[in-house]
Amino acid sequence: MTDHIETDVVIIGAGPVGLFAVFELGLLDIKCHLIDILPKVGGQCAELYPEKPIYDIPGFPMVTGQGLVDNLMAQIEPFHPTFHLNEMVESLESIGTPEAPRFRVKTSENGTTFECKAVIIAAGGGSFQPKKPPIDGIESYEGTGVYYAVRKMEMFRNKRVLIVGGGDSALDWTVNLQPIAKRLTLLHRRDAFRAAPHTVEKMRSLVASGDMDLHLGQVSALKGDAPVLEGAVIRKDDGSELRVDCDVMLPFFGLTMKLGPIADWGLNLHENLVPVDTEKFETNVPGIFAIGDINTYPGKLKLILSGFHEGALAAQKVHRYVYPEKKLLFQYTTSSTSLQKKLGVAA
Amino acid sequence: MGVIHVTDRAGQRHTLEAIEGWRVMEIIRDWGLPIEGLCGGACECATCHVFVDEQWLDKLYPPTEEEEDQLDTVVTKPNSRLSCQIIWTPELDGLEVTLAPTGN
Repeated sequence: MTDHIETDVVIIGAGPVGLFAVFELGLLDIKCHLIDILPKVGGQCAELYPEKPIYDIPGFPMVTGQGLVDNLMAQIEPFHPTFHLNEMVESLESIGTPEAPRFRVKTSENGTTFECKAVIIAAGGGSFQPKKPPIDGIESYEGTGVYYAVRKMEMFRNKRVLIVGGGDSALDWTVNLQPIAKRLTLLHRRDAFRAAPHTVEKMRSLVASGDMDLHLGQVSALKGDAPVLEGAVIRKDDGSELRVDCDVMLPFFGLTMKLGPIADWGLNLHENLVPVDTEKFETNVPGIFAIGDINTYPGKLKLILSGFHEGALAAQKVHRYVYPEKKLLFQYTTSSTSLQKKLGVAA
Repeated sequence: MGVIHVTDRAGQRHTLEAIEGWRVMEIIRDWGLPIEGLCGGACECATCHVFVDEQWLDKLYPPTEEEEDQLDTVVTKPNSRLSCQIIWTPELDGLEVTLAPTGN
């Protein structure tokens, strides 16, 4: 089933900057939906450094990545934004005019379609995608012999499976696929695993009983007439090589950020960043804004606080697109009863 | 003032002026060489992976467990380090590193 949603603004990216934009838009009575490829909100703060302290958020001498995200979620709660997580924006199409912009946004997984009057790109470094190891020719086996995620376990029944990595994904899939695989081999660069201890224990007992293999080293080459994978050459730390026969290889090297489909939306790009003006943070396409780490302009600093400022200014221009007839009155949350009502704090 | 020598992915060697107290990743980035440093030096992404010339390995502080965890997410060699975890001091004048390849 594909959903069709009408809203004022679609925000692409639910990191700290996208979240705070909800607040600034909300104060101006602008409704929004947020889309993020991750299964949770918070972007890099939540995915890369949830426990790391941040020291340069105004008003917080110290806050962790997750702490900041939690506070932002509490702050925007009065505006009831709708989140579409685990979804990637695949296409962004202009269906309006420069004076009255209108956009159609489509996501990949469920094929949700949005129609809106403005789009705010707050995508940071792009979308999180599996890190691909730099092995010559790996692309030619992708989808036939190399997979970065397991969608259906059955695909691996009676296959010789090589799993590479030492984290939770690698270890979880090792113990889950071992019973159905013809032979399972786990490859990791060292004899230490940062996965859940009981899963590591389980893997070690499978190795001890001879039901799977564990090797320490790195994949240096893939073998087989592409797209059919037949094996991998493993280089050990002592320089020796070993050949492991396999039908599929599953590298689990974590996530990295890639610009992804944003490159195809007709926006000017400069070194994978989206140039904007510093008055409205609008791109070369009227109605499409870019805020936070994804944008660039003279003097740009990649700081969370810069993204907050950019969102506030973008919201002012978005208001003109959403309410072309209304004059915008600038107000403070300390003194405006109308803003306080929106925040649910009016006396 | 001292320098570091950085060989880029095309094999070209660059000599960069180093600054005491800066992370080697920051020095490389500041000089405009293509090093991603996605997480900004928080030891959370491994996109500043370099190979350190063998003769310099012993002069560096050994990697922390946190750095080892991140090195698990790339294809390493025995001389792999994260350049955000190497703070430049005058003892590292002449440090020789090579940018590690990145996946697509």
